[in-house]
Amino acid sequence: MAELVDTPNIEDRDGFYQDLLAAHDGLSEAQSQALNARLVLVLANHIGNGQVLREALDLAKSTGTEDGKI
Amino acid sequence: MAYTYQEFAYTKPPALSGVSDGPHQVLIVGAGPIGLAMAIDLALRGVASVVVDDNNVVSVGSRAICWAKRTLEIFDRLGVGQQMVAKGVTWKLGRLYRGEREVYNFDLLPEDGHQMPAFINLQQYYVEEYLIERCRTFPELIDLRFKNKLVSCEQSSQGVAVELQTPDGPYRLEADYLLACDGANSTVRRTMGLEFDGQLFEERFLITDIVMKADFPSERRFWFEPPFHAGQSALLHKQPDDIYRIDLQLGWDADPEEERKPENVIPRIKRMVGDRPFEIDWVSVYTFQCRRLQRFVHDRVIFVGDSAHIVSPFGARGGNGGIQDVDNLAWKLAAALKGTAGPGLLESYDQERTYGADENIMNSSRSTNFMSPKPGAEALFREAVLDLAAKAPFARLMVNSGRLSVPCVLDGSVLNGEDAEGLPAISRPGAALPDAPTDDGWLLNRLATGFTLLFVDCEPHALGDLETLSVKADEMVRTRLLGSAQSAVYLIRPDQHVAARWTQFDADKVAAAHRTAMGF
Repeated sequence: MAELVDTPNIEDRDGFYQDLLAAHDGLSEAQSQALNARLVLVLANHIGNGQVLREALDLAKSTGTEDGKI
Repeated sequence: MAYTYQEFAYTKPPALSGVSDGPHQVLIVGAGPIGLAMAIDLALRGVASVVVDDNNVVSVGSRAICWAKRTLEIFDRLGVGQQMVAKGVTWKLGRLYRGEREVYNFDLLPEDGHQMPAFINLQQYYVEEYLIERCRTFPELIDLRFKNKLVSCEQSSQGVAVELQTPDGPYRLEADYLLACDGANSTVRRTMGLEFDGQLFEERFLITDIVMKADFPSERRFWFEPPFHAGQSALLHKQPDDIYRIDLQLGWDADPEEERKPENVIPRIKRMVGDRPFEIDWVSVYTFQCRRLQRFVHDRVIFVGDSAHIVSPFGARGGNGGIQDVDNLAWKLAAALKGTAGPGLLESYDQERTYGADENIMNSSRSTNFMSPKPGAEALFREAVLDLAAKAPFARLMVNSGRLSVPCVLDGSVLNGEDAEGLPAISRPGAALPDAPTDDGWLLNRLATGFTLLFVDCEPHALGDLETLSVKADEMVRTRLLGSAQSAVYLIRPDQHVAARWTQFDADKVAAAHRTAMGF
């Protein structure tokens, strides 16, 4: 059974983080949200495994604060 | 209207002429597709029924138009399937558009070797007409009573007593069982005070049938945000007699009475069909709801079709779901009346068809969420799916304009028996047996009215009063019934669902599975 990888796994994490920010560069808030939504779907399709996707949803839901602000 | 409605004759009921009337075995309330199909299926099993309806014409307006392959197989068993296919518009291709651009298309029956097409479109009034004609071929077993309106019903441990209102006054009728086939606004359900739980979606659609000469192909077309209906959705279906069904999303703020008026309908249709001349045949506005009764079996009163469950449209899961109820119930009720049913057999109708209804409700709710997203995250992700669909194949399959009815596989049913390794999943216990061409006609047409013991590529054996059938495996039969096994033995229920299967015959195992499938 596949499990969600929550240990370091991105090849060049600082580079990816920079690319992620760059993809949002110059976008309005609505455009940014739309980009994120498309990205989530693309990545979810790549993962494919239902168990991993459910664990990913749970991890995301269990972090952050209720109003989304610190 | 394009269809010529004939009034069915009302006859004074025997009780009001001083002739004894009953007690009857089965009273069916409602002469729509479900009630009529129910009467025919029971008649095929030798069970007599009285069918009452408050009306005396077939369905006004086309209403249910999409009949799925499994439904056509059931209708074929009842004797009206061929007629329906001959008259109906056969289709299997669905096209999805966003704006003017095609996002993708899907083929609902991508393989050969099936007698029935994926879908036909045929107006409900034709279906009812054919069913009534078929009912009339059982004059000893089916007693059709039009303009007999149910007023009240009460039940005891022995059966049901109802009061019926007619043009000649009221009368009382008794039956062992009452089948409530009286639709979404079921009088039986209301008089029994039963909760109809579920969800109302804040969405309305305008349905219009127009008569129009056009050469549109026989496909289902669905538009998200079409240029002719800004920001909303639209659906186009072709029906026989040059009639097209057009469904237009209105949103929740629309006033149904206003939208129904010709001066509001005509401009909308014109924007869609352009300069082609057309006439409006029928208009309706509907809301989206998914509801079901908690239980379909209430002792001697059994709910079938829309009286038991309703779903929002676009999956063709209302009428088709109801016909699967009929298919499931008729043989069980016939066995109960003949005293051959095990104690769990009628109860299994409740288990199997609430399971089927939940599957339909789940699919319809998901489609509704996609078609009618709430502002915020729901709208955001729908936009994302539609945007991605232009480039990424995976996203095209996420576009949800209705997941069209497929036969319910009764996984986990108490009636299911053994399964064997190596046999294909498509025909596992609980599934409706897949059709296939054989050396002597279509497989489904060769099944018995009762249980069938089917031998594939092995010597047939007699067992009790089970009817046996033997087929040789060609490529299609092999794919659908054998898989990697050399031979197979299938026990098939009277509703053509697989009860149990083995790779070799074993009399004790078959007998045990037969008992299980009879509710013992």
